[in-house]
Amino acid sequence: MNIIVCIKQVPNTTDVRIDPATNTLIRDGVESVINPFDAYAIEEAVRLRERCGGKVTAVTMGPPQAETALKEAISLGCDDAVLVSDRKFAGSDTWATSYTLAAAIRKLEGFDVILCGKQASDGDTAQVGPGISAHLDIPQVTYVKKICEINDKLAKVERMTEEGYDVLETPLPCLFTVVKEINTPRMPSMKGLMRAKAAKITKFTAADLDADPAALGLDGSPTRVVKIFTPEPRKGGEMIAGSVSDVAKELAELLKGEVI
Amino acid sequence: MASIKILLDKCTGCTLCVKSCPFGAIHMAERKAVIDMAKCTLCGACAEACKFAAIELEKAGGPAKDLSAYKDVWVFCEQKKGVIQSISFELLGEGRKLADKLGVKLCAVLLGGGMEDAAEKLGERGADKVYLVDHPALKAYQDEPYTAVLVKLVEEFKPEVILCGASTIGRSLISRVAIKTSAGLTADCTGLDIDEKERLLLQTRPAFGGNIMATIIAPDHRPQMATVRHKVMKEAPVQPGRTAEIVSKAYPEETFASRTRLLNVVEELTSTVNISEADIIVSGGRGMGGKENFALLEELAKVLGGAVGASRSAVDADWIPYSHQVGQTGKTVCPKLYIACGISGQIQHLIGMQSSKVIVAINKDPDAPIFKIATYGIVGDVNELVPALTREFRRVLNK
Repeated sequence: MNIIVCIKQVPNTTDVRIDPATNTLIRDGVESVINPFDAYAIEEAVRLRERCGGKVTAVTMGPPQAETALKEAISLGCDDAVLVSDRKFAGSDTWATSYTLAAAIRKLEGFDVILCGKQASDGDTAQVGPGISAHLDIPQVTYVKKICEINDKLAKVERMTEEGYDVLETPLPCLFTVVKEINTPRMPSMKGLMRAKAAKITKFTAADLDADPAALGLDGSPTRVVKIFTPEPRKGGEMIAGSVSDVAKELAELLKGEVI
Repeated sequence: MASIKILLDKCTGCTLCVKSCPFGAIHMAERKAVIDMAKCTLCGACAEACKFAAIELEKAGGPAKDLSAYKDVWVFCEQKKGVIQSISFELLGEGRKLADKLGVKLCAVLLGGGMEDAAEKLGERGADKVYLVDHPALKAYQDEPYTAVLVKLVEEFKPEVILCGASTIGRSLISRVAIKTSAGLTADCTGLDIDEKERLLLQTRPAFGGNIMATIIAPDHRPQMATVRHKVMKEAPVQPGRTAEIVSKAYPEETFASRTRLLNVVEELTSTVNISEADIIVSGGRGMGGKENFALLEELAKVLGGAVGASRSAVDADWIPYSHQVGQTGKTVCPKLYIACGISGQIQHLIGMQSSKVIVAINKDPDAPIFKIATYGIVGDVNELVPALTREFRRVLNK
């Protein structure tokens, strides 16, 4: 089974802080990490290979330094990794990103399953996974919390919904976006770390892809950011002190009418 | 290919652009701005911030598309088991304002099986027109038939704007539709407005976990599509007797084909009120001390008519299922009242709830970060305070 896992390198949200003087993002010393949701996608990809045999290829689109994320993916059990990187991809929105990733995936030697995290922690769009499946014209199941059964033709999966979950059956190839509930990712193994160190990352530039140049990067992106601003930080309010029953009375009084 | 450059004769070295760059890609050298191309994503924040028009962002211009054929504001009305979801009414409320600013019709789009009566009712929520596609295959949501139908409707009737809930269904569906129709799509908007001169939808959304806000447009593509966060917009009021024109469309059978098959829909009993829908959320963290104490939260939630949420550590400790998790790896919620009990307030949790209207925090640690954002803070033992609150609210609400 050929399994592809799409990942993204993102700034570690825990480190993202606002400079109170300038009201701007402080990015110095912000560590780059694999998008938290993609860790579940990597783990699920490795588990699928353990179940069905085959190969796991990690794919990312990003600047040259995104190679670190791919090395980490290899240390976590991926067999191969592809870095899709070119200045021509700069400014890509979700349309152009999913177009580019779909074009990169077409260059690989076939696939049965594509796994993505449900969304990335920097953009939070949840649009690139479905975008890739739309460009490739394959079925998708989003918010997958369990792959119950899978063989080389069909998969039965559970999709998390607001109320519970749906059970779906899909032919392969198919794209799944996964939620945290699907597994507990393992730590990198010693062997994995050694492999990652030695691994050769395949690199695709725009010229390597069978892609329309007008559909890449900023030119291929329907959306444009016109303004970025920092929201007024939420201020802490009042502290209520006193005996348990006094505190409860005061709070009920404060909330009554306003929100309840 | 698109490019960005600093016009050295105009750059005054004021460093406004350095501060505006969300990617840390600009530095100063000899009192002029220099862009590090390896970090720049061409987002345009610097060009916007520059007061001297010294930054030029150029996009390779293709032949301009004729956008004038596109008109009307559409709202995709999500239904489950034949019941139109409340997010749809919020979108109709917001869509009405946008349609009025553009001077166009507000149209509801309803896909389902046996939805004729529900379609009629959408006029009372402000829709001027309802596009109805009624077919047994559309009874429950499935990606492919829903995408195929919506793409056909868009191609035939050419809306200017489409709004869709940022829900499981909404995000899965509209992402596919945007690709197939080459439309611009902005996710999870919390603010919408119209640039009346350019007829542009101004879409404002949080990014980097809500640390920054971005306003996004799609200048050369139609329709302009946005998913909208639940509970941010006001529901359209019911105007009894108001009617809408119903446009019923039928399509060839192959339009409704789906490669995936929906076998079963399971509703989990634990989540009696789903947290993304709830107006009030009582949430517990590590400080609850154990699984058994979550019963206290359930009681309080019941009295308030709310739902129970949880922090990641409570979910990881198996005190409550993942579907209740609020925060970065869980759900983003925006209720009127969020009561955080025994939650210290790690950034990953705050990201998921900081846009709640009123936040009450109860924690035994007076230095817990949650107090920095709480409207009302109480230092104390959750296991004493929560039952006391339950009693007090029961009394106040006469329950």
